[in-house]
This record gives sequence, structure tokens and C-alpha cells, in this order.
Amino acid sequence: MRVTLTVNGERRVADDVWPGESLLYVLRERLGLPGAKNACEQGECGSCTVYLDDVPVCSCLVAAGQAQGREVRTVEGLADGGRLDPVQAAFAEAGAVQCGFCTPGLIVQTHALLRDDPDPADADIREALAGNLCRCTGYEKIIEAVKLAAARTGGSQ
Amino acid sequence: MRTDPAVFLRPATWAEALAAKAEHPAARPIMGGTDVMVELNFDRPRPPALLDLTAIPELAGWERTGGLIRLGAGVPYTRIITELGDALPGLAGAARTVGSPQIRNRGTVGGNLGSASPAGDAHPPLLATGAAVEVASARGTREIPIGDFFTGPKRSALLPDELIRAVRVPAAAGPQQFAKVGTRNAMVIAVCSFALALRPADRAAGTGIGSAGPVPLQAPEAEEFLAGELDWTSPEALDERVARRFGELVAAAARPIDDVRGHAAYRRHALAVLARRTLTWAWDDYRRETAGAGDVDGQR
Repeated sequence: MRVTLTVNGERRVADDVWPGESLLYVLRERLGLPGAKNACEQGECGSCTVYLDDVPVCSCLVAAGQAQGREVRTVEGLADGGRLDPVQAAFAEAGAVQCGFCTPGLIVQTHALLRDDPDPADADIREALAGNLCRCTGYEKIIEAVKLAAARTGGSQ
Repeated sequence: MRTDPAVFLRPATWAEALAAKAEHPAARPIMGGTDVMVELNFDRPRPPALLDLTAIPELAGWERTGGLIRLGAGVPYTRIITELGDALPGLAGAARTVGSPQIRNRGTVGGNLGSASPAGDAHPPLLATGAAVEVASARGTREIPIGDFFTGPKRSALLPDELIRAVRVPAAAGPQQFAKVGTRNAMVIAVCSFALALRPADRAAGTGIGSAGPVPLQAPEAEEFLAGELDWTSPEALDERVARRFGELVAAAARPIDDVRGHAAYRRHALAVLARRTLTWAWDDYRRETAGAGDVDGQR
């Protein structure tokens, strides 16, 4: 089947989609957007997090056909041309990236957190990122990166 | 070799959805996908068709008529938390413990009921509040009392041509609590869970037990015990013996098994603790409300 959707502001068409295929598969294998990562395929790890109509979701749990006519924003859509989004820059600077596999999901989820709550408390950061696993266990640096991004994007210190 | 669903059905209206289900009774309904997509991703036996219900606007809303909330089957947990915390505190409390933010953005009570897992987080508060499931087919609509809905592990009273339209939940008429045991605070399938709803005007209490039996259960003897033992008129501090006995009766109503998430004996023990705790919290809430109502300067 054919699925037409908007990805990072552009209208995209995916053909020969299997009816049981996930949005994640369409993004990575059919549209050449490998930012969202394929890890657990059951919503446990958050590494495939993307915005679907401005709501962060695990793209492995969205059937491709459910994205028909809807808007998707992936980690590739966060940077402004060559300029990193403040969340991306903060992750790089704070040393929150180790193997990097969980990073795209964490960045999208952090982006959504700071959009809704520009100055989150520690407990709110942990709650917001509770569905994103880092197998390098670099959580302390990740939380530092979130705070750094918050401080730069308008939240109080 | 992958044997994928051959058909992806995407009705735009409820009438179209019922017609599609009548034509393809084996089609698997999909809403947030948090259960169905896991099955597909893991190559478990695949349905001949997927019936996507996310394009149907009426499933995505809720409305209040008097003391009843009609919660559309497609309202995600995140919205239950943000929009229904006052009217349905037990269900909203359970919703807060579901998965992760990403899962709560997609998962729905309609889907939880459709999966009918004994561990579904929404089930205990629905049992405790005496909810009813509104189901429909091309033949018509009917209401299934929540106590009759679950017929076995992952089995429900839903017929092959029926779809879940909504769940009708009485708005809270008193304090409600939900508690759940798991290995961490997120992404947990309950080892066991418990919901309590007090209805002081009726001098009654409702209970719901999750993940400790082949289906989610009520604890009728524990409910009767509370109705008789609690002093609803001038509530004193909870007698510890009442709390303990309540816990024992809840544990006795469970029918747990040993499985990968916990042993039966542990589940019974933990349920007694959860029942005692939730009763203590709910009764403290009730005492505060009672004091507040009788005293203009009542402290909250």
C-alpha cells in the first residue's frame, strides 16, 4: 500500500508498505531517515521516539498506515540547517552521548519536555525520560544536558 | 517468511468501522498500537487485517452527563491524566503508572479493555467504580458491566463483530486511590495492583485487583466489611485492625499464580499491603473533606 505523510515539513510518499509495517520502518528503510533507532521494537527503550502531530511517540508502535496524512518530525528535523538545536548542542557539550544509540530518542523526548516545561525540576526530567533507556548508563550526564539546554532556552537557572 | 496482514482498513466514521468489522470479523482493531504493534513486530500470529480506529473523531473525546463520564475508547492516558484527574481520580492515578510518557501518549483505555490482560492498569479502577463498557456492532449497541467483561486471560465478552465504543465511568463520589507493585517506577507490567473507591453517600466502597488472577477481580467480602466497619458519619482515625482485616480480605479474594513477574504468595502479601495503604490514604482524604465541609476555616 502507499502511505503519504509529511516528514520534517516535506510531503513524502512511501510505496509497497506492508499493512503491518511500523512508522519506524518506513522512516528508516523507505524514506532514508535513520535518525530514529530500531532497538526493542516494543516501546520499552524510547530510541525510536519521534513527534507524530506534535506528540512524542515510539514510532515502532505506530502502524505505518496510521501515519497517513499526518505530520512527523524526527531528530533530523530539529536542527536549523547547519545549526544544531539547543538540545542537540547541550547533549554534545555535556558529554551525554556515549555510543549514541539512545541519543536521538532522548533528544526528541527532551525537546518535547522543554517545549511544555521550560524549567523542569529534576524529578520531572526523570519522569519525562523514564521511557528512554541508555545502555551505556550515562544518565547523570544526560540529565545535566537537559538542564543545560533548559538554562539556554529560557528556563531559569 | 513474514505473513503480514493482507489488509489495512482505515474507516473515517464509526458507522464505517462497524461495517468493516462485520465484514472482517477477524480484523484486529488497532488504536495506540502499544499492544498490537508489539505482536506484529515480534512475528506472533498475524491477523488477516488491521482495523485502524485512529481516524474516527468520536472515539477521541469524552463527555460528562450528570454523574457519568462517557470516555471514548480512543482517549489516550495522557489526556485522562490532564483532563479527568478530578472526575476520575482512580483511573487517572492508574493512567500515571502506565508505561512511559510516549506510551501514555498513545495507549488508551479502549485498547486496554480490548487486550483484556489480567494486568491491565485501567481495569482495577474501572472495577472499583462500577464502570460499564459500551460496545457496538452493525447489529446495535449494548453495555457490558465491567464485572462481566473479562472472561479469562486476554479474553473478554466482546463478540467478533463488536468494537469498543466507550467506557462509562461514574464520576468520583468520594476519595479514590490506586497502587501498583513493580520493579521500577516506569515501564512496568504490574506484579499486582489495587484500586479503591469510597462512596460515602452510599456508605459503600468499591475494589479492584489487578494481575493477581486469571481476570481482574473485585473483593466483595472486603467491600462489605468496609461498608459495615467504617464510621462514615463522624470519621475517626482509621482503626489499624480494620485496615489489616481489609488487607487480609483483599488478599483472600485474589487468585494469583507463580509467574515470571512474581510468586503467588508474594502477590497475596503485596495486595494486603496495597489494600491497607490505599484505605489509609483514602480514609485520610475523607476525614479531611469531612472536616473541611463542616469548618469554613478547614485546613487543606
